[in-house]
Amino acid sequence: MLIKLSSNFYFTGGHSRYEAFRKGLQRNLEGYVGFANLPNQVYRKSVKRGFEFTLMVVGESGLGKSTLINSLFLTDLYSKDYPGPSQRIKKTVQVEQSKVLIKEGGVQLTLTIVDTPGFGDAVDNSNCWQPVINYIDSKCEDFLNAESRVNRRQMPDNRVHCCLYFIAPSGHGLKPLDIEFMKRLHDKVNVIPLIAKADTLTPEECQLFKKQIMKEIQEHKIKIYEFPDTEEDEDSKLIRKIKERMPLAVVGSNVVVEVNGRKVRGRQYPWGVAEVENGEHCDFTVLRNMLIRTHMQDLKDVTNNVHYENYRSKKLAAVTCNGVDTSKSKGQLTKSPLAQMEEERREHVMKMKKMETEMEQVFEMKVKEKKQKLKDSEAELERRHEQMKRNLEAQYKELEEKRRQFEEEKANWEAQQRILEQQKLDASK
Amino acid sequence: MSEIVPPEVRPKPAVPAKPSHVAPPASVPHMPPHGPGAGSQGSGGGSTLLGYVGIDTIIEQMRKKTMKTGFDFNIMVVGQSGLGKSTLVNTLFKSQVSRRSSGWSRDDKIPKTVEIKSVSHVIEEGGVKMKLTVIDTPGFGDQINNENCWEPISKYINEQYEKFLKEEVNIARKKRIPDTRVHCCLYFISPTGHSLRQLDVEFMKHLGRAVNIIPVIAKADTLTPEEKTEFKQRVRKELEVCGIEFYPQKEFDEDMEDKSDNDKIREAMPFAVVGSDKEYQVNGKRVLGRKTAWGIVEVENPNHCEFSLLRDFLIRSHLQDLKEVTHNIHYETYRAKRLNDNGGLHPISSSSDTQESNL
Repeated sequence: MLIKLSSNFYFTGGHSRYEAFRKGLQRNLEGYVGFANLPNQVYRKSVKRGFEFTLMVVGESGLGKSTLINSLFLTDLYSKDYPGPSQRIKKTVQVEQSKVLIKEGGVQLTLTIVDTPGFGDAVDNSNCWQPVINYIDSKCEDFLNAESRVNRRQMPDNRVHCCLYFIAPSGHGLKPLDIEFMKRLHDKVNVIPLIAKADTLTPEECQLFKKQIMKEIQEHKIKIYEFPDTEEDEDSKLIRKIKERMPLAVVGSNVVVEVNGRKVRGRQYPWGVAEVENGEHCDFTVLRNMLIRTHMQDLKDVTNNVHYENYRSKKLAAVTCNGVDTSKSKGQLTKSPLAQMEEERREHVMKMKKMETEMEQVFEMKVKEKKQKLKDSEAELERRHEQMKRNLEAQYKELEEKRRQFEEEKANWEAQQRILEQQKLDASK
Repeated sequence: MSEIVPPEVRPKPAVPAKPSHVAPPASVPHMPPHGPGAGSQGSGGGSTLLGYVGIDTIIEQMRKKTMKTGFDFNIMVVGQSGLGKSTLVNTLFKSQVSRRSSGWSRDDKIPKTVEIKSVSHVIEEGGVKMKLTVIDTPGFGDQINNENCWEPISKYINEQYEKFLKEEVNIARKKRIPDTRVHCCLYFISPTGHSLRQLDVEFMKHLGRAVNIIPVIAKADTLTPEEKTEFKQRVRKELEVCGIEFYPQKEFDEDMEDKSDNDKIREAMPFAVVGSDKEYQVNGKRVLGRKTAWGIVEVENPNHCEFSLLRDFLIRSHLQDLKEVTHNIHYETYRAKRLNDNGGLHPISSSSDTQESNL
């Protein structure tokens, strides 16, 4: 079929068709080939493999990060039994991650949420972004090492795919801390700024605030996550709508209240209910659609192609420039593949040996335990045996006793009988 | 009034409007103990009056005097930028008195250090003139490193006490010393819903002994009623644990009546407020409020926020008390310390170079 196609092209093609080939335009097929089924194959494979996504949330405490995450994924990642980092007072910035596996429609997603409690809460917040940067870099490094191994069958992707940065709804502009943080992280991870607790702002204030933030972001040349342009009309309209509303003003809530007979998620105030999923009230639906429904894969791609590549080239450049690995990581980039294979084999052997010794130990322990148990049961049995023997002896003795008595009685009775007989004889004479 | 009154006589002016939930302060002046026991209050050795003498017209005389001289009130607002300080001050005094309205634009850059900017206005109501000074502190808590950002504020407060002390100690004193001391400091707490931030605790610890601090929960329309009560409780507990006394301080309650009034207020503090200078139509009335897509937050509606409580407390019942506590207690503390430190202050005949001393 294919050959026929190409022959068609070469021998029957006129000038127009040749031109069409040169320009790389679409060709019309003369029958059903079947590679339209490729997406389905990819889909099936992906579904089987499952997806991973790592989301990082950064912001001062009390901005509603945990509530928003619960609302986004409609689960209680931070519930009463496992209170989120916001409930615990932190003295220094920590980076905590929680993994959860969620399933929907046969598709499973391993979602990792990275939280940064204590960010921006201290009196002196200099370098509070350093733990965050260290975390992101360490994940990229893990991936780099895993990629450089010879045997790389399983490469878990723990890199941070998206960072949601929460801006406090002051209504004025960005704080110096916001600007510093975003400047340092915009080339390491996809940064999506959000206006937290947006129900504080009236619509006009919100508009002004958004404009002010975008102005400052451009002024400081901060590169936030850009939505990719597509050719299709429908998508580009959607993307334009999202771009206009950046940064997104969100409200989070998992509490269901009733409004005009409908049940909606929202926050109940004495003057009304702020609905979370109402596009007029806040941009939560836009965020959710963008993050989960349309752009999740794109976020991962940008992380892989742009941010990770940046990290990798910087790391490798540092290595090749100096000839020696300046960073004290377990980088195995300087060795040739053979040496690396050797090392990997050695590692593997060592691991096996360790496992062996461990198993032996476990085995020993188990054998000891069993022996002990058997001894115990043996002792028990002996005891019981003794007891039964004693019982038997006692019974035997009893029986003997009874028999003796019986014999006695018998003897007595016989003696008596004899006497009686004797008497009878005497009497009859 | 900025006259120096001897501590025993504490006249309380009659309040024009009776607030609904705060009992009006006693309107009968406490007479000096050695004077004749007047009227029906027979306090030890009292002789009853045989007719109407007219002693109670002293209140009227004081009122006339006050109206002529007017009085001044200095209020300081402290808090991170964007918490609605200027809007609240405008709403409190129902006029454009804040720094914002006097010409500073909205998108000013955040200053690198804490600045102190004060704006004065003379407002008049019912024949009574008040010189209101609003002292703003832009840049507080906005930097990345906020160590000691309360120091400029502390310095300013002490400077005002120093100025007053200098005037007082002069041989030729002015008849009415201009009072620029800070009578009240409104501290704005960010409505996180969790607890106080470290910066809040530090500030209130350092300045609680020097000035009357009234903590206020800003932008209270972020919190639902349940969140509000929870947050307030937590804040109060934290303040208690840290030993921070906000105004009205328990130690300065004079009698049972004061104590019960102030207890009620202390239970309701910190007030959760919303400020606005825009009016909207609600149920046929014009009210001050904020219009959102899901409803209008009414500023003066006690169900929506506690702004009216704050206003009544601050202006309608405790305004004079604030000034008196500042004068009698905070200023006296500063003065005693200064005089003890220097082994006595020599009276200065005219203006000389100022000596700064830190409390």
